[in-house]
Amino acid sequence: MSIKGKAFIAGIYEHPTRKAEGISLQQLHAEVARGALADAGLTLADVDAYFCAGDAPGLGGFSMAEYLGLNVRHTDTTETGGSSYLIHVSHAAQAIAAGKCKVALITLAGKPRTGGAPPGRPPMAVQPPDLPFEAPFKPTVLNNYAMCARRHMHEFGTTSEQLAWIKVAASQHAQHNPHAMLRDVVTVEDVVNSPVVADPLHRLDCCVVSDGGGALVVVAPEIAASLARPQVRVIGAGEAIKHTNGGDIDITYSAGVWSAARAFDEAGIARSDIKYASLYDSFTITVLMQLEDIGFCAKGEGGRFVADGGLISGVGRLPFNTDGGGLCNNHPGNRGGMTKILEAVRQLRGEAHPAVQVANCDLALAHGTGGYLGTRHGSATLILERV
Amino acid sequence: MAETNKDAPVADAAMAPYWEAARDGRLLLGHCRSCDRCYYYPRPLCPFCLGDETGWREASGAGTVYSWSVERRGKPPYIIAFVTLAEGPTILSNLVDCEPEAVAIGQHVTLAFETREEQPVPVFRPA
Repeated sequence: MSIKGKAFIAGIYEHPTRKAEGISLQQLHAEVARGALADAGLTLADVDAYFCAGDAPGLGGFSMAEYLGLNVRHTDTTETGGSSYLIHVSHAAQAIAAGKCKVALITLAGKPRTGGAPPGRPPMAVQPPDLPFEAPFKPTVLNNYAMCARRHMHEFGTTSEQLAWIKVAASQHAQHNPHAMLRDVVTVEDVVNSPVVADPLHRLDCCVVSDGGGALVVVAPEIAASLARPQVRVIGAGEAIKHTNGGDIDITYSAGVWSAARAFDEAGIARSDIKYASLYDSFTITVLMQLEDIGFCAKGEGGRFVADGGLISGVGRLPFNTDGGGLCNNHPGNRGGMTKILEAVRQLRGEAHPAVQVANCDLALAHGTGGYLGTRHGSATLILERV
Repeated sequence: MAETNKDAPVADAAMAPYWEAARDGRLLLGHCRSCDRCYYYPRPLCPFCLGDETGWREASGAGTVYSWSVERRGKPPYIIAFVTLAEGPTILSNLVDCEPEAVAIGQHVTLAFETREEQPVPVFRPA
């Protein structure tokens, strides 16, 4: 069974806060839920499925369903870190296609700047099995991704200047977003002259740390047809996990190789048909590797693809993250998958900022990598179409 | 209830030979007799076939740097690395007794042990 055309994204909402002083994590979830339902033109009583991940306080979906006042017949708490919400859209489409629900609400919120629940940490009832064999060496998210960048540079000649172009493009877009944390346009020189935090990555190769959240409402076709919003249809989805494979590793590619292939097979379109791409941008290297893994360019060609404004809307061949992305706008709860979907939907609706809106944007891709690029992670790809 | 370190490893009886060997300065890899292949981290069921015809192989201690980074926020900064062992598996560890400026992918390194939180763990130094 394919999900192609079986579900629509009818409601979206991004919380405007980037520092949620005095607002609890659960309240953020509730505010984004209300915002997305209002955007869709639906009410709490219409929701019959709820999706959340490890950022939601409490146990699985119970606690937030109670707090939100939901009465649902379907729930899914799939957890793949920051890419969870992309998979939630796919699973919601599957559930709708199977007749299990008609209106699915997906929420994300986080408060890494102002406390609350531990940001972005998956629920670990027991220790991960890798812990005794890795924790003594003080691995961090940053040095994990940095080792991917180092190896990519070694094998393909990728340079820090090429990676810097990704931040430059994000900053060019963020200048138009009044909510973005970093609105100043930066240059390649600014990036490569910023302090090295984990060789070869610089401070400006990293995303922001922000509070906030977002929500989506995924609905059945007949519901979408009854609403007054532009129709954004899910036409392809893929997910995949990559890990250390018993020690037989190659960290120059991600699970996106597999998730993207599955999504494009389902959608039945070509890479060149995509007018806009939201790409997870925890670090600049994440974007570069995903571009290659999705197939927008050959493996090893990512550096040349992004250089000289290749990702800048109106300038380059593939406009990306026109909200400023995680690199400049926000990264709520250290989980960037939700905001990737939100901006892709804005682009398809024609509701992006006019300075960055892609003309005739009828096909968009949203892609995420949750977890740790160099060791174990979950990738997810969504392909969306404006009807 | 006494405070516990949430990151302290939980004892796993199947891994006792690994930690006993570490105390003797030896690094053990998982080995599957069905696949005739070494793997890491070790576990009782083979990650390539899920079979239980598994045992241990002692690493020679020779390896090469697969990738590395310097965690500049560390106090002091430290080098994290993937090291590809002569037996095949690539493992996460630290490079010690070397300056970051002297590290390169492909560099030959050799096994050493350092004690971290009272537990000897395998690290690598330039060969």
